[in-house]
Amino acid sequence: MSNGTSASLAIPERMGAALLDIATQVGGITIMAGQIARRAAPWRIDRYEFTRNMYRMGVKSLPILAATAFFVGAIMVIQAAPVVVQYNARNFLGWSAIYTTFREIGPLLMALMFNGRVGANNTAELGTMAVTEQLDALRALAIDPITYLVVPRAISIVIILTCLVVIGDFLAILGAIGMAWFMLDVHWLFFINSALPRLELWDFLVGIIKAFLYGIMIALNSCYFGLSTTGGAPGVGRAVNRSVVAAASGVFIADYMSTFILD
Amino acid sequence: MIKVQDIHLRFKSPVLRGVSLEVPHESIYALIGPGAAGKSVLLKTIAGLLTPESGQVWIDGEEVTFHDELKLAVLRRKIGYLFQNYALFDMTVGDNIAFPLRRLFPDMSTEEIAERVSERLMRMSLPGFEQRYPASLSGGQKKRIGVARATVMRAPYILYDEPTAGLDPVTSQRICNLIRDEARAQRSTVVVVSSDIQRVLSIADRVGMLLRGELIFDGTLAEAWASQNPYVRQFIRGETEGPL
Repeated sequence: MSNGTSASLAIPERMGAALLDIATQVGGITIMAGQIARRAAPWRIDRYEFTRNMYRMGVKSLPILAATAFFVGAIMVIQAAPVVVQYNARNFLGWSAIYTTFREIGPLLMALMFNGRVGANNTAELGTMAVTEQLDALRALAIDPITYLVVPRAISIVIILTCLVVIGDFLAILGAIGMAWFMLDVHWLFFINSALPRLELWDFLVGIIKAFLYGIMIALNSCYFGLSTTGGAPGVGRAVNRSVVAAASGVFIADYMSTFILD
Repeated sequence: MIKVQDIHLRFKSPVLRGVSLEVPHESIYALIGPGAAGKSVLLKTIAGLLTPESGQVWIDGEEVTFHDELKLAVLRRKIGYLFQNYALFDMTVGDNIAFPLRRLFPDMSTEEIAERVSERLMRMSLPGFEQRYPASLSGGQKKRIGVARATVMRAPYILYDEPTAGLDPVTSQRICNLIRDEARAQRSTVVVVSSDIQRVLSIADRVGMLLRGELIFDGTLAEAWASQNPYVRQFIRGETEGPL
């Protein structure tokens, strides 16, 4: 085959390989979702692992997620400030900051932060266990790694992210109130009173539903890439990288779809 | 008895090519061969950690080759396994050894588990190591903890993957003696994969040699030493001249 022909085949070949790779990953993640569902119902979760994961994923993530949420609220006000001053729209400030935080920015940024912290950590842990034969050791000891390791982690991730977004939403409001007072001299009571009549419970629930979906994306991707790690320490690094990128992509796809459906 | 019949398995290239062997009841079978011969793969296939493309694996008279994970979990209660790189969990030594007991025998009392762990550690000459972490142990100590975990369930079949790899000669011989003594005490059927020929042959009843995925020798120790197969001769004598 001439150089020209092989060069012209290189692009479709690469595209084909990339598509196959994506199809393998999506297929693998779907199968794992089925395995988790089958093992989680009826409720056969390992209580010790579940509690341990809830603690280290939830309690230990709280400070960084709280800081993220607080700054998200403050940033919303900083972004809106020039327009608010220009049009003297102080009575819209509270509503716009809270509405956007509840529905979109709060869950999204917290999910991305959570993915970087907990998702990456989860992939690294499972990946290290895979390359050091600990997963095989579990199977050799008649213990199913999905039941013992993946189910408690996946459920913990979904619950924790949803709870953290609930807490984060209120911290974001605090951040927004603080910044509005500091930058625009808007009193906190005015901020709240101007927002409440325009807000609906649904605005808050949309964010919670989204957080739940993002949690599923992070849980499935981080566990899948962790379990399928090969190639020693460099393999763990690659798995973490792919997991974080794939989970973030999954979060954006879930955001896109859910925004269409829920709005 | 463990029986393997015409096992074929390939990853990117063939790894096992028509391997057949029998490990008699309550005997120690040494599976030897150069690197990348397929020894560890065969051991994992016997334990059901890898599924062959074709062939059969029989354990205790039961064909287990294509069992699903649920049935394999029942089978694996009969098997203890020492991994080449220890595969100890990130928990204390005591928890590592107690782990299979806690998970598989929920009715066993805490005292009974602690007693069993303590007995295993005593047997491995590591008394009082319960609260230590694997990261703080030497290679030989980790191997012994691995042996303790593999034998704590008193399984009738024990599979050891390179139990002496990377250890000094004295520790290697101690580990081999431990394997032999454990097999005799628990009357278990043992398969030992090793490249450490002299030591593993000192405890084995039968020997099999794998070369490029094929079993080129299967017999007693005396037959192995008397073998005219140039590969077997060279390998067990450790000669540098020859076909290997």
